[in-house]
Amino acid sequence: MFLDYLSLGEAAHVGVNWGDILVTLIVFIVLMLLLKKFAWGPLMGIMQQREEQVAGDLDAAEKSRQETKQLLEEQRSLLKEARVEAQAIVENAKKQADLQKEEIVSAARNEAVRLQESAKRDIETEKEKAIAAVREEVVSLSVLAASKVLNKEVSEEDNRSLIEETIAKAGENR
Amino acid sequence: MQHENPHFELWGLGFNPANILVLLVTAVIVFLIAFISTRNLKLKPTGMQNFMEWIMDFVKNIVNSNMDWKTGGRFHVLGITLIMFIFVANMLGLPFSVQVNGELWWKSPTADPTITMTLAVMILVLSNYYGVKLRGMNHYIGTFTKPMLFLFPLKIIEEFANTLTLGLRLYGNIYAGEILLGLLAGLGTSWHFMGFFAAAVPTLVWQGFSIFIGSIQAFIFVMLTMVYISHKVSEDH
Repeated sequence: MFLDYLSLGEAAHVGVNWGDILVTLIVFIVLMLLLKKFAWGPLMGIMQQREEQVAGDLDAAEKSRQETKQLLEEQRSLLKEARVEAQAIVENAKKQADLQKEEIVSAARNEAVRLQESAKRDIETEKEKAIAAVREEVVSLSVLAASKVLNKEVSEEDNRSLIEETIAKAGENR
Repeated sequence: MQHENPHFELWGLGFNPANILVLLVTAVIVFLIAFISTRNLKLKPTGMQNFMEWIMDFVKNIVNSNMDWKTGGRFHVLGITLIMFIFVANMLGLPFSVQVNGELWWKSPTADPTITMTLAVMILVLSNYYGVKLRGMNHYIGTFTKPMLFLFPLKIIEEFANTLTLGLRLYGNIYAGEILLGLLAGLGTSWHFMGFFAAAVPTLVWQGFSIFIGSIQAFIFVMLTMVYISHKVSEDH
């Protein structure tokens, strides 16, 4: 049967194979050294390198995040400032405009008043002038008429005061 | 089914050429896997590089679970080489075994007690060496007499027991697996064609289970290696 060979005591060589021990040790140690030089060493190197790179990348990311945050904060404050400034400018402009309006209106009013006065004065003067001229004309006409009527030269200078008086009276009765 | 080991003597030392053969094959396979997968290393790993890095991290975790990385880092290379070497060695005997003139020429190297005990004793020597080197002779002797002096004989026994179980656990698991595979193969060739059908499914199952056992044993060997080393080199032991 196929179970026969399980029986013990069939080893042909009694004792320890010291040569095998030696070979095992040599093979294992040489394998370890070779692998260390050709496989594990480079692999560990690259893993170390990756670790460093990851750490570096994380640091850089953190740094740029901080920078971004700072920039954002800056921009935000700048924006706020600009808004406040714009508000102030608009306010100022409004105030200025109001002021200007007042000024213009009052100036216009003054001008109107002045023009009115001046027009009144002109009218008065013209009226005076016209009245004086009419008076003069009436006097000379009266003198002329009187001289024609009397057929006599009336001295203008003698009667002027008299006539003027008459005309003034006539004017008042009107 | 009976087999003997090939044997020759050189310089008064006994050699088993089959052991030498499978040891060299294991070493070459491990070296090729590691060498090929670490060509063309990239910061963004692809393909086999990922696999190798996974093994490195795996062993790194084993080391870290036993000691801090400052002292344990130097055992990283030892751990990776051990786990790859033992795993590949465990796998060698699974697909087939070869017997020539009744002599067994192809098997797992870890199915030989000489080889597993050599590895175990190597760990014993390494742990004691690093215990003295890293913590000093006083601390080293202290580990045998603390917490109480009368534990000294037990501590000595513990050293040998640890080493013996470390080597023989691996040997036993793999050797037993190969015996069962041998039995199933024997069943497959007896009873004419009926045996083949009777043996095919159990062989398949047992080979799958042996892959599992081979992986677990490689992991356990490395784990215990780090435990024993950390007993010697850590501050709190």
